[in-house]
Order: sequence, then structure tokens, then C-alpha cells
Amino acid sequence: MKATTEPALARPALDVEALRKQFPILARRVHDWPLVYLDSAASSQKPACVIEAIVDYYARYHSNVHRGVHTLSEEATSAYERARAKLRDFVRAASEREIVFVRGTTEAINLVAQAWARPRLLPGDEVLVTELEHHSNLVPWQMVCGQTGAVLVVAPIDARGDVIPDEFARRLSKRTRVVALAHVSNALGTVNPVAQFTRLAKQVGAIVVVDGAQAVPHLPVDVGALGCDFYAFSGHKMYAPTGIGALFGRLELLDAMEPWQGGGSMIRSVTFEKTTFAPAPERFEAGTPNIEGAIGLGVAIDWLQKLDLTAVHAHEADLVEYATSRLAEIPGVRLIGTARERAGLVSFVVGDVHAHDVGTILDGEGIAVRAGHHCAQPVMAHFDVPATVRASFAVHNDRDDVDRLVAGVRRVLEIFA
Amino acid sequence: MSDLRDLYQEVILDHTKRPRNFGMLEHATHRAQGHNPLCGDQLALFVEIADGRLRDVRFAGKGCAISTASASLLTEALKGKTTEEAHSLFAAFHRVVTTPSDEPVDVSGIGKLAVLAGVREFPMRVKCASLAWHTLEAALAGRADPVTTE
Repeated sequence: MKATTEPALARPALDVEALRKQFPILARRVHDWPLVYLDSAASSQKPACVIEAIVDYYARYHSNVHRGVHTLSEEATSAYERARAKLRDFVRAASEREIVFVRGTTEAINLVAQAWARPRLLPGDEVLVTELEHHSNLVPWQMVCGQTGAVLVVAPIDARGDVIPDEFARRLSKRTRVVALAHVSNALGTVNPVAQFTRLAKQVGAIVVVDGAQAVPHLPVDVGALGCDFYAFSGHKMYAPTGIGALFGRLELLDAMEPWQGGGSMIRSVTFEKTTFAPAPERFEAGTPNIEGAIGLGVAIDWLQKLDLTAVHAHEADLVEYATSRLAEIPGVRLIGTARERAGLVSFVVGDVHAHDVGTILDGEGIAVRAGHHCAQPVMAHFDVPATVRASFAVHNDRDDVDRLVAGVRRVLEIFA
Repeated sequence: MSDLRDLYQEVILDHTKRPRNFGMLEHATHRAQGHNPLCGDQLALFVEIADGRLRDVRFAGKGCAISTASASLLTEALKGKTTEEAHSLFAAFHRVVTTPSDEPVDVSGIGKLAVLAGVREFPMRVKCASLAWHTLEAALAGRADPVTTE
């Protein structure tokens, strides 16, 4: 047996300094300041390996996929499908056939709403969402409710920004067909107890759709352990390009769903009289896909897994805690969302200064944050604020970045004194 | 970048903290709602017109420093003006705030509103400065639909 002096659970901490060098954009100066990028929850920056993989694809083997027998097409197809296999491993799906490439989380949720829910919901059926949801996990359900006569039901959050478990449970009934909830809230950082809520939803026979957009860059995800039926996420928030994302769906459900878009790639045979469709996942991937995006996403996954998402989570949890305590020291700063478990971000308001004014002043010092309602207007209404400032973290951020943010917030208060 | 003080000048901060002509106008002959969906700014503008002149102008709502100050300055600038003067002041103001920051701009025709010229350096914020004015145009035109900056 190999002897070791290290404790069994020791994990390599992130070497942030080395990581920063992997992000070309961090060499930029903004308004004569070194860039502090605290807006990864909107879209993360890309490491050089992802950028290079896209260039390499276009320079060496670009071609359409699943068509043609020539060498380039074979190479492109194989890279595209390898990315699907990486996605399967990334979320611990049982089969590659459970991974559908989409444009992003929004398209993934619309796919489930239109292809699973729309033909199945009856008037009076219920779709349960939480008060935390991003508009992309709310509006598609409102639309499908309008189309079918189903009813949208909302599980409320408490003053900290946690979904109230009893209230959630009380809203489940035999009428509940779909439960749609975020894994991590984009506005507050709340980590929902997805496994626990899924178990409750399963007791009434509902399917569970999880918006994982804000979870995948920060936490290891295991769809089997969560027990959900669908899990949607975007590439661009996890160091991959924009315009690519994935929907995990349990194969049994995907196989029973009709296509939602028709076209090339998604068919088995076509005549004017009748068309038969390819099996999942191809039946949901009509048209030429985002090949460069899929390849970039595959590389981003390799890169993230090498960093180890448990280490990533620990690093970012430290930043969330540090930012929370530093910001709380500033008189007039009010943290919005103090859920028991949070990931990746802090949301706050500065006195009665509007978030956009805070955002502009921080930008003047090279600090990029998101200021606004974060496509979560019901959450803003809950906390009775029009907008918040959101600082969100990635692997390349460190405590110095938080210190710059804190100094910037103090400057805001100076200007508005 | 130009100093943030170009944007957040004392006059602007003063109008933000103590907006003038703030509140409903009971006898408004014209009114309109403005909304910036990007930041959630909501604005209601009330105008009382008699004999072709804006006898009173008031506003209500909440928004960022720039949109609040712009609305407040607007109410001061327009009181007593004819509707034609109001339209041409809007045109002159709009020209100033939408002229790219690397081009020269003449602010002589817009009086005190010139303090908002600094917004040119911040293209993302031009909508904040313009919201009250677009809402005014809607009020004068008698449009019922809320104005939006998007």
C-alpha cells in the first residue's frame, strides 16, 4: 500500500494566479484600471484552451456533422459527439442519448415546455415554479399554461431568499404535472434543495425540470442523485462559448416526446406522405448545430474537471463569504439574499443609490458587475427593490478583486454623500 | 475615461436628492407613463397646458440618479414654454446626448440641461437621460401606451 503523508481528504486548492494567466481578457485595462470581472453569472470569460479549440476547429477540420463521408466531416462529427460524451460524464447521465444539444438554458426549457408539457397538460393541471426563478424558467411555463389551460403555481421564498419547504410541499397535489426550479438562483445565489424537492414532487407524480445554468460552473452535478427528469444549462456561463448548451432528459421521457422543430438531421426517412423521426437526441436537433460551440463546451468541461469542481466550489464559497462580510461592514449596504446555502455571487443595494449608478461608478474603476433586475423581476418585487448590484465569481477571482469592489462601493457612497 | 464627476455633477446629484416638481398634478391635461425595462425605472409625467403653454409640469416615479435628475431638470426647463418650444428643446437636448463623445457638441441652446451632456461618455446611460423626454413627447401627443426605452 502506498504511504502518504497527506490527509486523505486534502484537495489541491486552486492556483488562482496561474489560472488568471489562462484568461487572455484579464490582461485588459478598462478605463485605465486592470479589469476586475465580477459578472460571470451573466457570462463567464473564456480560458485560452477554449478559444484555441474553436480556432483549431475552423483552421483544421471545419465541416458539417452527420453528413458526408469525407475526412473533415468524419473528424467534425467525431469531435461533436465526443463533446456529447463529455456532457454525459459531466452531469452523470446514464447515456449519451440523454444529452440534447441546444442553444442554451432558455431553449432547453422551452423544448421541455413545448415538446413534453404542451401535448400532455390538461385544463386545471398545475405547473409549480418557485419565486426565485429567472424569467427563462417562468415565461415558457406561463406560455404553455396559456396554451393548455393549465395553472401556474408559485412556491414563495422567505426573507433570506430560501424557498419555504412547507409552502413548497403544500402546493404539490395530484394536479401538479410539472415542477420547475432553479438549482442555483441567478439573482440571489440561493442553492435550492433540489434532491429533497424532487422527492416530494415524485410523490405526486410530477416531472421535475431543473434550471442548472448557475449551478454547473460552481458545483458538481449528478442528475441521478438529484433525481430530476430534465436538467438544463448553458455553456457560456461555464467558460464555453455562447450559443451552445445542453438539456439532459431521462431517455424514457425523451423517447416519448414528439419533435418540436422539423428539418434536416432529425429525420429517419422523408416522403411527401410521411416522415419518420430519428430517435433522441437527434430528433430534437433539427438543422446544422453549433459545432464550434459543442467542441468548445467539451474542452471547457475537460478543463473544469481537471480543476475539480469541489475545489472550485470551495474557492468560490470563500469569496462569497469574504465579500458578504466586507460589504456588510459598509454602512448603507444591504445584502439582498442571505440564503442558508449560496453559490457564486452576492447581490446588494447601496443606500438608496440606484444599481445602475453603482454599476457606472464601478465600471469607471474597471470593475464589471451586473446592475439590474437580473431577469428575475418577481425576486426584486419580493425584496421591494427595483434592481440590485450583483457581483458574481469565477475561478479567476480572488480576495483582491473583492477588495477592489469594496473600495468602489465606498467611492459610490462618497459621490452620493 | 473622463472623470465620473462629469456624469455625477453637483447639479445632477442635487436634483437626484431633491427632485423639483415631484408628485402628481391633479389638473393635468396631458399625462404619460415611461418605463425603462432594462433597469426598471418607472416615470409618470403630468402636464397642464393652457393657451398653448405648459403652465405646470410635474413628475413622479423612481429611477436612477440620471433619469431622476433629467426629469427634474425637464420640469424646470419647460414650465411656461409653448408646446413648440418644448418640442424644439427636446430635439436640441436629444441631439446633445446622442452626439458621440468624440465629436464636438454645441450645448448653448439647452441652458441648464447642459449638465447632462456628460452622459455622452456613457452610451449605456443615454436612455436614462432621455426617458423623461420621450415620456413628455408621448404626453404631448396624447399617446396612451406607456413609453418604453427598448
